[in-house]
Amino acid sequence: MAQIKEMQGLTHASNEQAGTITTAEPTIEKQTRSEEDLDLPWQIIVHNDPVNLMSYVTMVFQRVFGYPREKAERHMLEVHHNGRSILWSGMREPAELYVQQLHGYLLLATLEKMC
Amino acid sequence: MEICRRKGAIEISELDPFLAELLRQIPGSANPAGATTAEQRLFSPPTNGKETELCAEWKTYVEPELRRLFQTATETVATDLEQLNGNEKSFANRTLRIPAKHSDAWLSALNQARLVIVAKNNFTENELNDHFRSPIGSRRDLSLFQVNFYGFLQEFILRELED
Repeated sequence: MAQIKEMQGLTHASNEQAGTITTAEPTIEKQTRSEEDLDLPWQIIVHNDPVNLMSYVTMVFQRVFGYPREKAERHMLEVHHNGRSILWSGMREPAELYVQQLHGYLLLATLEKMC
Repeated sequence: MEICRRKGAIEISELDPFLAELLRQIPGSANPAGATTAEQRLFSPPTNGKETELCAEWKTYVEPELRRLFQTATETVATDLEQLNGNEKSFANRTLRIPAKHSDAWLSALNQARLVIVAKNNFTENELNDHFRSPIGSRRDLSLFQVNFYGFLQEFILRELED
C-alpha cells in the first residue's frame, strides 16, 4: 500500500555551438515512504447481536479496551440502539489483536479502514 | 434451585433433574458441528467482506486459536459437570460447585451454547425476548428455555465477577 511520490525535474542543457537549446530527458526521482507511515487508521466496529447480554458486552469492553464502566456502557447502549458502535481506531496491527480478543468473547466485531 | 457464592465458588444447589440435565447439555449444545449458521456465528469474519486477503489470513491463523480457546472453555465446564454424574439418587436434587477461577470458562461455554442454539433454531429477537413462553410445548420451546436459563446463569456469574 505504499504510496509513491513522484517528483519530476527537468534538466536543461544548452548546446551553444549549434546555437540551439536542447532539453534532456526528465529525471524522475522516486521517494518511497514506509507502509506504516501511510497506513490509514482502522476502526473497530462492534455490531448488535440479540443473544449477547448487555452486562456481558459491557464487561468485555472494559476488559478488552480498559474502558471505565460508564464509557463501556455508553458503547454497549450505542450498539444496542444503533446497531453498531466504533470502539477504537488506530493502526492495523493492534486493531487486529483487539478484534481477535472480541471474537474470543464471541462478540460480532469487524475492523474497517477509515476513509 | 438456589444459587449463591460460597467459599470461593458459585454453588448451585437444589438442582432438580430437569435443570441438571440442561446443565449437562452445555458442552454438547456449544458444538456448532453440522450447522453452517452456527459455525458462521462462532467464527465470524473480521471485516465486512472488503478485505479478502485479511479474511483468508484470519481463517488460517486466527480461527484455529479461537477454536482452541472455545474448546478449552467447554472442556473445563464438562469437567465441572462431572459432579452431576452418578446413578446414586439420580432423581434427587443435586448441588454443583463452580470454582471462581472457572467463571470465564463458564461464561464462554454458556455463550457458545446460547449462540449455537439460537443459530440452529433461527430464533427471532421477539422470541428471544419472550421470557414467559412455556418450555413444555415443543422442542423449539425447550431450546428457547435453554437459551434463557443459560442467560440467567451468565447474569449471575457476571454479578459475582463484579463484586
